[in-house]
Amino acid sequence: MNFSEVFKQSNQLCKVSPDGKYLATCVQYRLVVRDFSSLQIVHLYTCLDQVMHMEWSSDSLFILCAMYKRGLVQVWSLEQPDWHCKIDEGSIGLVSSRWSPDGRHILNTTEFSLRVTVWSLCTKAVSYIKYPKACQKGVDFSADGRYMALAERRECKDYISVFVCDDWHLLRHFESETQDLSGLEWSPNGCVLAVWDSCLEYKILLYSLDGRLLSSYSAYEWSLGIKSVAWSPSSQFLAVGSYDEKVRILNHITWKKITEFEHPATIMNTKAVVFKEVEKRPVVGSEDLSIHQLTVDNSLFSTQSKYEITQLPAQVPVIKPDPERANPKIGISALAFSADNRFLATKNDNMPQSLWVWDMQRLSLLAVLEQTAPVRCFVWDPRRPRLALCTGNTKVYLWSPAGCVSVNVPVEGSFQVQSLFWHCSGSSLVLLSKEHICLCYVEAEEEK
Amino acid sequence: MSRTLENPIPVPAEGFVGDWWTPAMMPDPSLDTKELSSISGISVSPSHHPLHSSMALPKTSYSVISAFCSEENIPQCITYINQEVCSLGLTGVSLETKAGVVSAVPVLNLLYEVLQLQKRAQRALHDLETQQLKSSSDLEHLQHSSCRLKDQLEHTRRENSGLHEGERQLQLRIKTLQNCLKSEKEEVQKLQNIVSSRATQYNHDTKRRERECTKLKERLNQLLVDKRDKKLSIEMSNYVGRSDGKRGLWKTSKMEARHEGEMYRALLGDYETRHRSLMTENSELKKVLQLMKKDMIAILSPKKVLVQPEPADDSLEQAVSEDEEESGDCSRESVEQSCEQARQQLTDSIRLQWRKLKSHMQRLDSQASLVACQELERDEMMSRKEQEDEMQRMRLELQQCKEFIHMQQQLLQQQLSSPCDEETAALLNDCYTLEEKERLKEEWRLFSEQKRNFERERKNFTEAAIRLGHERRSFEEDRAAWLKTQFLNMTPFVERKRPALSEAYGALAVSTEPEAKLQSTPPLLVTKSQSNSVFSTPKSAPLKMPSTADLYRTLHLIPESRGHGKCPSGEMLTKSRLRNCPTDCSVISLVRDENSPV
Repeated sequence: MNFSEVFKQSNQLCKVSPDGKYLATCVQYRLVVRDFSSLQIVHLYTCLDQVMHMEWSSDSLFILCAMYKRGLVQVWSLEQPDWHCKIDEGSIGLVSSRWSPDGRHILNTTEFSLRVTVWSLCTKAVSYIKYPKACQKGVDFSADGRYMALAERRECKDYISVFVCDDWHLLRHFESETQDLSGLEWSPNGCVLAVWDSCLEYKILLYSLDGRLLSSYSAYEWSLGIKSVAWSPSSQFLAVGSYDEKVRILNHITWKKITEFEHPATIMNTKAVVFKEVEKRPVVGSEDLSIHQLTVDNSLFSTQSKYEITQLPAQVPVIKPDPERANPKIGISALAFSADNRFLATKNDNMPQSLWVWDMQRLSLLAVLEQTAPVRCFVWDPRRPRLALCTGNTKVYLWSPAGCVSVNVPVEGSFQVQSLFWHCSGSSLVLLSKEHICLCYVEAEEEK
Repeated sequence: MSRTLENPIPVPAEGFVGDWWTPAMMPDPSLDTKELSSISGISVSPSHHPLHSSMALPKTSYSVISAFCSEENIPQCITYINQEVCSLGLTGVSLETKAGVVSAVPVLNLLYEVLQLQKRAQRALHDLETQQLKSSSDLEHLQHSSCRLKDQLEHTRRENSGLHEGERQLQLRIKTLQNCLKSEKEEVQKLQNIVSSRATQYNHDTKRRERECTKLKERLNQLLVDKRDKKLSIEMSNYVGRSDGKRGLWKTSKMEARHEGEMYRALLGDYETRHRSLMTENSELKKVLQLMKKDMIAILSPKKVLVQPEPADDSLEQAVSEDEEESGDCSRESVEQSCEQARQQLTDSIRLQWRKLKSHMQRLDSQASLVACQELERDEMMSRKEQEDEMQRMRLELQQCKEFIHMQQQLLQQQLSSPCDEETAALLNDCYTLEEKERLKEEWRLFSEQKRNFERERKNFTEAAIRLGHERRSFEEDRAAWLKTQFLNMTPFVERKRPALSEAYGALAVSTEPEAKLQSTPPLLVTKSQSNSVFSTPKSAPLKMPSTADLYRTLHLIPESRGHGKCPSGEMLTKSRLRNCPTDCSVISLVRDENSPV
């Protein structure tokens, strides 16, 4: 496992191009594009203000930089460094900007979700989509980039519009049977749209591409409902995480529940392995505690940690959510399938230090990673069944069916990993601290 | 004068009374003597009367005692006393005066009567007193008990009242709680009402707000459009080509149709892929099912033949296997079909097969314990099989012979009937026919003889079969015994049993000796029975056993060179036994054969 040197970044803006060749980072109002393999700067662009959002186009030819405060979007071309494009949303304000899947249109959502403006880079044409709904996930593009589903709110009712992204033709427009739509997501094969209600009601609806309601599922009533939803890459399973600390797996044929994964505080399942991160501080003799060593050897402050397998039954640390406050810290807030559909990783908010890995073939608990700090972020390797996670300390953790490792980021000063993501080849990880990035090459570990 | 008269009277009277009355007057002698002594002591005879009846007589009379009777008023006294006595009910006893002189006898009688009366009264009094005492004690007791009961009553009454009070309090509490509940329910109802009203209000408000919001948005939009927001713009150095390299197309109805078509194509593609995957899954499952079925058939059929070689079972088994094959074929067909009933067939056949397998497994389980014996049994079975084959062959031969004879008879008849029309020809042929007839007759005789032979042979065979059955039974008995011995050899008693067993086998070995058989039949019979007993119940190996062996030894029936007969070690013994086993059996069967006619 190798680490690159550290680069600066701001606002956690660091993206790898979809083709994996370039790495774009924003430092204040500058956009730096590096070659991913050599990490040499290829291009340097200067924006008009501090960049709030940055995104690669799907063909890796353009980069979009949004400055929400000014209501501005700037687009840069990699092929023609002197080409430039500036979109001004005017006095209406801008809250979100994104590429359309073809990489030639930009969708800007204005303040108050007044409208979605679609700007074409091909024709300079502008079109509006009215009544978009401001919610958890109101827009989703199908994986093949052909269709866009948009949640709308008109006359106190939820509607869903399906657009053809090619020419923004409205393909379907139908009312959804939700009280207060909270999100929608296409299945990876682009044929089924999952729509879920706000947390006040447990309701998930499945619509066909042509707007037919395929099925609707509700696990319970009168309690806070869905918190997170994830499709398996094969579109075979739909995992629904909810406030009752359970994940329910729906199948793609009957859309009924296959199983539910509970997150108990005491793990009794003997087939599961509980990895517990144990910190051990380096023992330093008092004679070694010189000023020199303190300044030079920063590893003195960083603690080593390793995983130990806990004997079952094991207790998972649980925090008690405050019932008085809104959005209680309880329930499954994040779930992700591995690329090969075999594993599902989940995080329960009232067990913030634990990450649960489920075997989707046996439909059972496989492993629990108990960290010393709350899990910040976890991502599956896009190629292999390998999970990377960080907890906001100086370490990066990897889980694979073979086991668990904890790696200290060996850079000068402390590099506290706030978030991370994989390179599309799965050969390296990009680690982000508050103001820096660091690349972690994990191919060697895989070879071993 | 009276004194003189009276004085001598008491003495003789006393003596008289004492002599005369003592036997009858036993009950109160002390009182009597006392009285008598007092009487004797007191010179004045009448004085004793009032003394004794002092209780009954008033004091005045007591004070007058001295003045009651005097010389002058004797008759008055007598009348008085008579009256008194009469009133007392003592009739017939009265004092008479004969010329002023009171005769002693009536007086004494009277006195005695009075005494008796007094005594009776005394006794009655005594009785009454005791009765009174008793009743008074009873009364006391009753009083006590009544007192106690009263206390108890009081106590229970108090308790009762306490309980009543408690109940009342509880009732009160219940009432208050019920009130509470009611009020709570009301509260809940009220709160529910409030919640629902608030919810509706909230919903209404949100809707209103939302409407306002949309209105505002609308207005804002309108304003923005009206104002022609100058800032809203896109600046680009030059246009960018489409990512697919094609030019943009106009929005036309054709385009719309194309989009629809594409959408449906995508959906169709998805359904097709899903259908295909389901098909492959289905076919794979079917394949697995088929494989399982085949395996089941494979497992079931050959083993059954091995396990059950009896002819009746065999035919049954064959039928079953045929049936299985049929069902297998049918299921094979059904795999190709894909409708409800085919599935039903398949599942049914699989279920049937599964049941068979299960029963077979159960049988196997039960047989597993007898595997060792079966191995022994097998060679016997083989011989049986051979015999059966032989029988079959012979039957076939017989059938053929019969057919042959029948054919010949037919031919003969034909030959006989055909030349009947022409007498000359008949005459001519007569000699030939006669000759042939003779020949045929000879042949017929030969055949009948052969037939008889066959019959005989067949009978022999059946006999042999019967014998075999007997043999088999005996063998089975032997086997059971052997198993038992095996079992018992494993028990802790084995150490004790062994010497006896070895002796028994020694005896058995003796029985195999033909000389022994020839020399003396009675001992042979004994040994046989004993050997049987050894096989059947080795535990009760009779004490006779060594004695028989000894007997043989003493009779020099056992050659000294035969070591295995008295082999002391257990291992050696088992070895020898194993080696001897088949020979033993054959000997037994031989013996049985010889014995059977007897």
